[in-house]
This record gives sequence, C-alpha cells and structure tokens, in this order.
Amino acid sequence: MTPFTTLTGIAAPMPLVNIDTDMIIPKQFLKTIKRSGLGKNLFDEMRHTPDGAEIPDFVLNQPAYRKAEILIAGDNFGCGSSREHAPWALLDFGIRAVISTSFADIFYNNCFKNGILPIVLPAGQVEALMEDAKKGANARMTVDLGAQTVTASDGRSFSFEVDPFRKHCLMNGLDDIGLSLEKAASIEAYEKKISALRPWV
Amino acid sequence: MSPKTLYDKIWDAHVVHQADDGTCLVYIDRHLVHEVTSPQAFEGLRIAGRTVRAPEKTIAVPDHNVPTTAGRETRIDNEESRIQVQALDRNARDFGINYYPVSDIRQGIVHIVGPEQGWTLPGMTVVCGDSHTATHGAFGALAHGIGTSEVEHVLATQTLIQQKSKNMKVEITGSLRPGVTAKDITLSVIGATGTAGGTGHVIEYCGQAIRELSMEGRMTVCNMAIEGGARAGLIAPDEKTFAYVMGRPHAPKGAQWEAALSWWKTLYSDEGAHFDKVVTLRGEDIAPVVTWGTSPEDVLPITGVVPDPESFTGGKVEAARRSLEYMGLKPGQKLSEIAIDTVFIGSCTNGRIEDLRAAAAILKGKKIKDGLRAMVVPGSGLVRAQAEEEGLAQIFIDAGFEWRLAGCSMCLAMNPDQLSPGERCAATSNRNFEGRQGRGGRTHLLSPAMAAAAAVTGRLTDVREMM
Repeated sequence: MTPFTTLTGIAAPMPLVNIDTDMIIPKQFLKTIKRSGLGKNLFDEMRHTPDGAEIPDFVLNQPAYRKAEILIAGDNFGCGSSREHAPWALLDFGIRAVISTSFADIFYNNCFKNGILPIVLPAGQVEALMEDAKKGANARMTVDLGAQTVTASDGRSFSFEVDPFRKHCLMNGLDDIGLSLEKAASIEAYEKKISALRPWV
Repeated sequence: MSPKTLYDKIWDAHVVHQADDGTCLVYIDRHLVHEVTSPQAFEGLRIAGRTVRAPEKTIAVPDHNVPTTAGRETRIDNEESRIQVQALDRNARDFGINYYPVSDIRQGIVHIVGPEQGWTLPGMTVVCGDSHTATHGAFGALAHGIGTSEVEHVLATQTLIQQKSKNMKVEITGSLRPGVTAKDITLSVIGATGTAGGTGHVIEYCGQAIRELSMEGRMTVCNMAIEGGARAGLIAPDEKTFAYVMGRPHAPKGAQWEAALSWWKTLYSDEGAHFDKVVTLRGEDIAPVVTWGTSPEDVLPITGVVPDPESFTGGKVEAARRSLEYMGLKPGQKLSEIAIDTVFIGSCTNGRIEDLRAAAAILKGKKIKDGLRAMVVPGSGLVRAQAEEEGLAQIFIDAGFEWRLAGCSMCLAMNPDQLSPGERCAATSNRNFEGRQGRGGRTHLLSPAMAAAAAVTGRLTDVREMM
C-alpha cells in the first residue's frame, strides 16, 4: 500500500447526498478478478452514455477536474455494498482523499486498506470546501494527515479526526495482515481457550 | 458488573487482543465466501505464500454471478462470470474450504445457505465480503459485511482488526396488522431513521412484533440493517431460534447441543444496559410500504403519494428531484397507480420458504397481468425443492411466473437477469439504487405478498385489498 502523508491536488465537488457504491462502480465491473484498471469505469453510468461516450456535464469529465485527486461529496458517501471495487476504482482514477460529513461504514474501512483517506468534517466546513472546489483547477487543496488538517485554496484550514491506528498504518503504508500475524500467539491462545469453552464453534 | 447489551456480550467473547488505543483483534467464527469479492483475496494469499488459517470455519458458495436457468452446471455463457465461478471452484479446492458448487442442491445465496446448513449459530461472529451479511444477526450472531482486503485478512488470520461500534436499539412494540410483514418493518425503520441513521452503530431489534416474527422474518429485518447504515443488526435468540437451529447439518448435537444451549440462553441485553440511540415504532402503525425513489429511505405506505422534492430539506431536495426524474414519477402521483413491467421475487432479503409461501398465498388461482414479466428465484436449491414439494412452484407457474434456479439474480443483476432502461420492477430485494437492477431500470422495493399483488394487477397494489 502506498503511504499517505500529505497530498496537494485538485478537489472535485460532488454535492449529491447518498452517493452509493453502485454509482461509484456499477456491478458489471465487479466481474474482474484483479484490483487494478477500474479507474476508467469509476462513476460509469454518471460519466458515460450507454455507448461509452463521455457525458460532458459530469464533474470528472470537465477539463478542470479530469486530474482531481480529492472528492468533496454530500452526506453518507459510499453507502450500499461492501465492494472494495469502489475504493479500487477511485484509487485507479487518482483519487486519494474523499471529504464528506459522513461515510458508510464498510466503504470507510475499505478506503484505509487501499491508501485512500476518507475525511469527516462538519456540514458547514464541507460546504465551504465544496464552494472552494467549485473554483475548478485553481482550487488546489492540501490534506496533511500528520497534522490532520485540510487547507483550502483560500488558506482556510480545518482539522479532522482520525483513528490513531489507522493513521499510523496509512502514513507508513503498513499491511494489516502482517501486523495481525505478529499476534499469532494471542490468536492461538484464544483458539485453545474457545475449543474448551465453546467446542461447537 | 455493569449491565451489557447483546452486542457487548458477543463482542467481549471474541476479543483476542486489545491495544491501548482500544483497537481490537476480534476472532471470527464463520467466514462466508462468494465468487465476486474473494478472487483478489485468494490471489493475495498466494502471492504472500499464506494459507487459510481455519478452512473448517470457511464456507464458500457461488451466488452473485450464476445464471438462474437450466444447464448452468455445465455452462455459463458470460466469460467473466464463468471465470469468477471457476476461480472460486479452484480456490475452494486448493485451500480446502467447505464448498457448495453450482451443481449441489444446497447451493444458493450465501446468506440463505449459511443458516440453512446450521453454520450460523447464536453468539457467533460471522463475516462475508457482502454487505447483507447482517442477515445472520437474526440468530443473535454478530454478523457484518467486509471488503476484500478484510476477506484476505480473515482468511489468513481468522480475525479482524476492529473498533467497537455504538449500541442502538430499535424496538417494534405491539403486533403487526394483517398484510404487514417483516419487510414492511425493516423498510419502515429505514424510512424513519434514514440510510445513515445507524452509521457507527450495531442495531438490536427487539419488542413484541420482532418476537412474533418467524426466523425467516427476523432474517429479513436484520438483512436490511445495512441499508439503515448500521454495521450489523441482531436479535436476541429465543425458543424459535433454537428450534430453527436444532438438527441442522452443522449445528451441535448431543452434549454439545446442551452446552451450546445453556450459553445461548445468556445472550440477551441485560436490564438497564446502555444504548446510545433508541428508536421505537408501534407495530400497529406500520403499513404495507413501497419505495418511490432511489434510496431505501424513500419509503411510504402504499396508500401514499409520490412526495414533492421541495418538501425535503438540505441535500435531499436535489437527491429527491434526481430520483423522481430517474424513476419517471411526478409529485402527487398515487403510489397505487404506478404501473409496473416486471416482478422479481427472491434475494437474500426475501428468498426464503416463508416468502414464497406469502407470495403464493396471494397468487393462488390467479394470473399475472397480461404482458408482465414475473420471476421467482428461490434463495437456495433446498428452498426451491421445498417449494416444489409444498406445491408453491406450481402456483407460481400457473400464475405465469418463471420458476428459476437459486442465486442472487436480479437483485444486483450481475447475471443475465436484468432490467432494460425504463423498465419498472416491483422487487422483493434490498436496493433501489440507480442502475442496481440494470442500467436505467426502475426499482420499487416491497414485500413478497405486495409483489404478488402487483403481479396480478400490473401496478403497485395494497395487498390488503386482495386478502
């Protein structure tokens, strides 16, 4: 996993609430057995007509936002399915941070496993960043994970909370499985205890 | 000792390690696997030279991609689907995990197969790379969906790194009125709390109306906890739970059954246990409902009208406007006058035997509206066989329904069962998102009995008029 420390990039505004995982990556693209290459299908049905042509109005098709690295979205981003194809598609497109007032739980977890930082801010601050993002390619925002701040193009800065363990893993690009396997002795001890206590499990 | 919720008890029984910052390593008792969210996880294991830590606790079944028409055991036409199903065949064999291939009568939707085979038991932690894993909470298990990285993590370590969620109680008091079902409860709760109402919480459903539900109904309620944003939904086990579990192939037997039962009977929220959020609905107030928009929170009684987007506040105004345009509906239109093209009965929400019985009870001796496409997709091969034995299949066939083989089918339309642009469907599934059942397809969520009523009249219909 690529470590995430700071990111300065273009932010794309998506003010819609409840952007679900079916919108982020429609099911026809879940048939892959790979993690890569989904960026071209990100937001497919909002971004492309059925014959594959670009829909010019869609934010990521607008010249200012084609290289966006940050998304500013309405409430409850990533609701719906557990498909990790959603963060895979965002990452493959080049999005490394998503900012909203709230995220669906599974999507939120999945982001951290893939080097994407989901940032929760209060409604007023998301709105301010949304307005800033609407300035287009001139609105370059900076996300500093170490300092836990988002700084808008006009210099206004907002602090965000992040779980310390997740922050540590993200900043260092750590593999969860490796970390958990270091606790193999604890897992074995637990299994031993349970096989006596609840042998039917 | 301070009183604990059901969730607290199950959580505490599964903590392997707790770090100073509260991050826990939680043991997973059952890991369910399907073909769509697992190939990358198995590939990860191979690359790292890792094995499956507890293959005996890992159960795989192909469901999302599989066609629901005859001949699928030998041939899946869509190449990508075929590759995914073949990858699962191979991964199950190579890693030695429990497997129900397409050719096995026990194959079906993973969340129907798990309980049916007795893999899902009270007090367990159950995960699957699928958001509707919450279904298993009906047994008093802590069950939730995970992403593919976490699937790989569970395969390798039989644990998950977790932060504890908050406790939320959803109480349904009193009894349901005739024609009102578990689906109406779960949709009404989401209508009341919104799709983010449960975010960060585990919901415990309780109250008389929940107690009065069968296990099938309880699974329907818990299944859609995720649609309310909750990490999981669960219900304290009781005599109905134990009766359902007893004798199933992987349920404990003999002395182990007795030992299990005595632990299971301690699985309830203690008097005075703390809930961070409480929602109460009166069972008598719940009506048969349908969705009108493209979010499961867009729920109204069938007697209602399509709402005016301007009646909402904040970002929901624009979202509702977009929904109505997508759904081809106008504010003020009566829900019971919305004509449909298609009826889909099935899914992990409503593909169990009781659901088929409820739909068949309405359809008996009737025909579906001319020109309508109607499909029943049983949740498993065993549900299908039982429905045939009970004569339900014949009722569906006589009414004009297609009687399909088990799978996820049109709930998410990864297989050939899809809507065309503009096609309007009354569906017993769980999501009415844009494009969910096929690009441009329009989904109205409802109960199996309501779906059957709609099939007869060709429009969304109050099932109470047909009882």
